[in-house]
Amino acid sequence: MATQHSRSAARIMMAPAVILLLGWMLVPLAMTLLFSFKQYLPLRGGDLGWVGFENYVRFVSSSAFWPSVQATLVIVGGVLAITICFGVLLAMLLDQPFWGQGIVRILVIAPFFVMPTVSALVWKNMFMDPVNGLFAHLWKFFGADPVVWLSEAPLFSIVLIVSWQWLPFATLILLTAIQSLDSEQLEASEMDGAPPLKRFWFIILPHLSRAITVVLLIQTIFLLSIFAEIFVTTQGSFGTRTLTYLIFQRVLESQNVGLGSAGGVYAIILANIVAIFLMRIVGKNLDA
Amino acid sequence: MARAASPRRKAITTLAAWSVGLLIFFPILWTMLTSFKTEATAIADPPVFLFFDWTLENYSVVQERSDYMRFLWNSIIIAGGSTILGIIVAVPAAWAMAFVPGRRTKDILLWMLSTKMLPAVGVLYPMYLIFIQMGLLDTRIGLTIVLMLVNLPIIVWMLYTYFKEIPGEILEAARMDGATLKEEILYVLTPMAIPGIASTLLLNVILAWNEAFWTLNLTAAKAAPLTAFIASYSSPEGLFYAKLSAASTMAIAPILILGWFSQKQLVRGLTFGAVK
Repeated sequence: MATQHSRSAARIMMAPAVILLLGWMLVPLAMTLLFSFKQYLPLRGGDLGWVGFENYVRFVSSSAFWPSVQATLVIVGGVLAITICFGVLLAMLLDQPFWGQGIVRILVIAPFFVMPTVSALVWKNMFMDPVNGLFAHLWKFFGADPVVWLSEAPLFSIVLIVSWQWLPFATLILLTAIQSLDSEQLEASEMDGAPPLKRFWFIILPHLSRAITVVLLIQTIFLLSIFAEIFVTTQGSFGTRTLTYLIFQRVLESQNVGLGSAGGVYAIILANIVAIFLMRIVGKNLDA
Repeated sequence: MARAASPRRKAITTLAAWSVGLLIFFPILWTMLTSFKTEATAIADPPVFLFFDWTLENYSVVQERSDYMRFLWNSIIIAGGSTILGIIVAVPAAWAMAFVPGRRTKDILLWMLSTKMLPAVGVLYPMYLIFIQMGLLDTRIGLTIVLMLVNLPIIVWMLYTYFKEIPGEILEAARMDGATLKEEILYVLTPMAIPGIASTLLLNVILAWNEAFWTLNLTAAKAAPLTAFIASYSSPEGLFYAKLSAASTMAIAPILILGWFSQKQLVRGLTFGAVK
């Protein structure tokens, strides 16, 4: 089928997509790299010349850097732990036969389709508000003092909001994976008298390991760059300034493009480390 | 698992599953309910759930005060436009990779996917600069192009996995029967590819609709879609829960409905075929 003729036709058909993506990748990336080696302050003198690696050094030695790394790790780690643990449990529950499966599935999946700005605002105002939020009412009902969530437990609050958004994704993928489990194997182990916990540990979990890895990697890539949830809740205050948010502030708020670009390069390197692992798995699947 | 469960066990599972489902859905339900309350009922203490005077007032106020329709229209143009553009670019590419795979097809696919991993914030300023230079800042066309590029890897990838499932033998049979290339594409391939293209369209409209980095950073007033419209509610202005809820409900309702149709595609589209 692959004649010389069809090969060149194929090349022409692929060209627009390849050229567009190449441009999308290379042009801004090259500019970021360029700026990162410059003293560049658009509002205070513009391009002030080359400074070598100074921006890279300054970005990591600024007092905001390590707290932002910590905030990023807490948010990404917290959300991953919550979504994967509950995702596995939820997927196993939804895999059982029960009445109204279709409807419950829809209820569970719904948060994923809510735009980030909406979910952040709804949680911030209608649940976490210390006066009128539902949590405040709940706390008062039990005689406790309402919590000012976003300033007293800011990281926890963000983790909660983002977990709510991503739990459906984890659940859906893990459910898909569970459904492909060979039920005969499970039945056999049941007949052999394996207790539920052992069945979970030795049969279900190993079967899910690949799906869990995929969820882990894909979510990490998306979670490293969450933005809107912080933008509309704390604006990076109370220790919720993640690496992404810090770079955003350096570039657009303090208009220090050189410094922000150096941060951007760090973020790109970080994302690529995660991406390499994801690509390996996806690539292996392509061969199969 | 096709095991026959005892009625008792099924009843317990039903109870558990519905409880969890409703708990997860609750924030959305609560938002929808609040949108039909007056501002006073919205912050009533203790909170009222169902028994209040339902009103549609908030919806008309939101439309009047903030011109909801304009933001909705921007969202439709940007999400729809970027997806359609993306599909136009991606169909030939995915087609070529699925039916005329070369030695480097796999590398190209993976490379395309890798562009999706680029953190947006890393190229924020360059994009900002390019947008200013080209007069694209706060325009629908600028945002449409950016979102097309952001989603292009997913579109190519999804279409590729769908096209891959079309058996090549059918093409050969059509060719044996004397079909020309044009007939082959028009009468054999296209009908078989339409479901895949439709699913791809659906998922990517949803992704573009909810995109909230570029839409917040590259628009101001004119081209702002619903994501930015909602973000403008983040500055508290007195009593506004009911209006916030009405605005939120209007922003998510269309996509919730689309989303429910695309559950299956979600797995395929977002795991790049790594989980089936």
